[in-house]
Amino acid sequence: MSKKQMVSFKLNDKEVDMVVEPRELLIHTLREKLQHTGPHIGCETSHCGACTVDMNGMSVKSCTVLTVQCQDADVKTIEGFAQGGELHAIQEGFMQEHGLQCGFCTPGMITRTYRLLQENPNPTEEEIRYWMAGNLCRCTGYQNIVKAVQYAAKKLRGEPVQTSHPLMEEAKA
Amino acid sequence: MIPRPFEYHAPRSLPDALALLSQFGDEAKLLAGGHSLLPMMKLRFAEPAHLIDLGHIAELKGIRQEGTEIRIGAMTTENELIWSKLLQEKVPLLVEGARLISDPQVRYKGTLGGDISHGDPGNDHPAIMLALDASFVLAGPGGERVVPADGYFLGTYYTALEPGEIMTEIRIPVPAAGTGWNYAKLKRKTGDFATAAAAVSLRLKGGTVADVRIALTNVGPTALKAREAEDYLRGKAPDEAAIAEAARLAMSICEPVTDLRGDTEYKTAMAGEMTRRALGVACSRAAR
Repeated sequence: MSKKQMVSFKLNDKEVDMVVEPRELLIHTLREKLQHTGPHIGCETSHCGACTVDMNGMSVKSCTVLTVQCQDADVKTIEGFAQGGELHAIQEGFMQEHGLQCGFCTPGMITRTYRLLQENPNPTEEEIRYWMAGNLCRCTGYQNIVKAVQYAAKKLRGEPVQTSHPLMEEAKA
Repeated sequence: MIPRPFEYHAPRSLPDALALLSQFGDEAKLLAGGHSLLPMMKLRFAEPAHLIDLGHIAELKGIRQEGTEIRIGAMTTENELIWSKLLQEKVPLLVEGARLISDPQVRYKGTLGGDISHGDPGNDHPAIMLALDASFVLAGPGGERVVPADGYFLGTYYTALEPGEIMTEIRIPVPAAGTGWNYAKLKRKTGDFATAAAAVSLRLKGGTVADVRIALTNVGPTALKAREAEDYLRGKAPDEAAIAEAARLAMSICEPVTDLRGDTEYKTAMAGEMTRRALGVACSRAAR
């Protein structure tokens, strides 16, 4: 054991103070101590992107960030997205466009989408695929994830949105 | 996967970082973006007793032009390189190379100085630095020195950086107008290191090659400068036959190790192919 350190940062707009060993990874602090189990542990080797969180305006893989590196940081996880029972536009996009099947990669996908759309509110399909390449999905084949990002981008730009998967009632009509 | 225990230090200035480094010596490791070091620590291939995080030192960041040089702080991240208007305009080879490194999340953290100093032959910036004729500013207890990229890479995980030194800045002479460039990288998938890659910077004059630099990634113990190929091309018209011969000469210096990306013969052949492609693209981009 090495000497523990105090780390203060903002998690989804709330101040948190943690006492951790320097070797503790951010994903473990989030999941085990702060009960924020939205960010998932997929590979733990910074390949899969399931542990992606937003930190100081960057998408980072929280399995490859030490908690002590988060002093004064602004951290956002999937838990910070829905407000007052209303889904965030990106969550709505993933739901409407079937951007998930098993859902394991989804918190990381949504968190990454958030930062991408902050930087580029109107990305092309090619840009979406290039800038989302750090998040692996083994279910969807990515097609519907691209559509979900496009849906969310439109909604966040204030444009009318329409799902490309018509609802059952509409399909029957 | 949890690293061995260590003490964490987050100096706010370069002199503080240098003081910590000289205090802890061999027991210390410098933390830049952490995407090579932290995985090595998780696997217990690296077990430093002290980790000195360079992430809070403002003077190690930034991209600016000074006279005929571009100067980049060693802690500047890959995404910052990609988004730099100055680099897009003046040093597009660096932007093209950075875009091919790993994935977006890694590029938010990974740094130019870290990629160069790590000494991993699989990293992309060493070859790009050789092709750009860059030099590196190394700060130590006795002041700073400037070392050319050509000669900096001494072996796998072994560079001219002395114990007690920190890379602070990367200096790149602004390529002359009309310079052609390309970084051709073969990789199996996003996030993988190169199976083989070639960085090329060249100038044409009157239909012949006035100057050319060629460097190869991940086909030897370090990034390799393909000197014979460069010498062969200088003064020649870069037609298909000349480019094929240059690629053959580049292949002759390759000594890649067999791994999951391929055996020695395949990787060598791919280094030749990447050289051929990079020369072709660079010629098409160069002013005649």
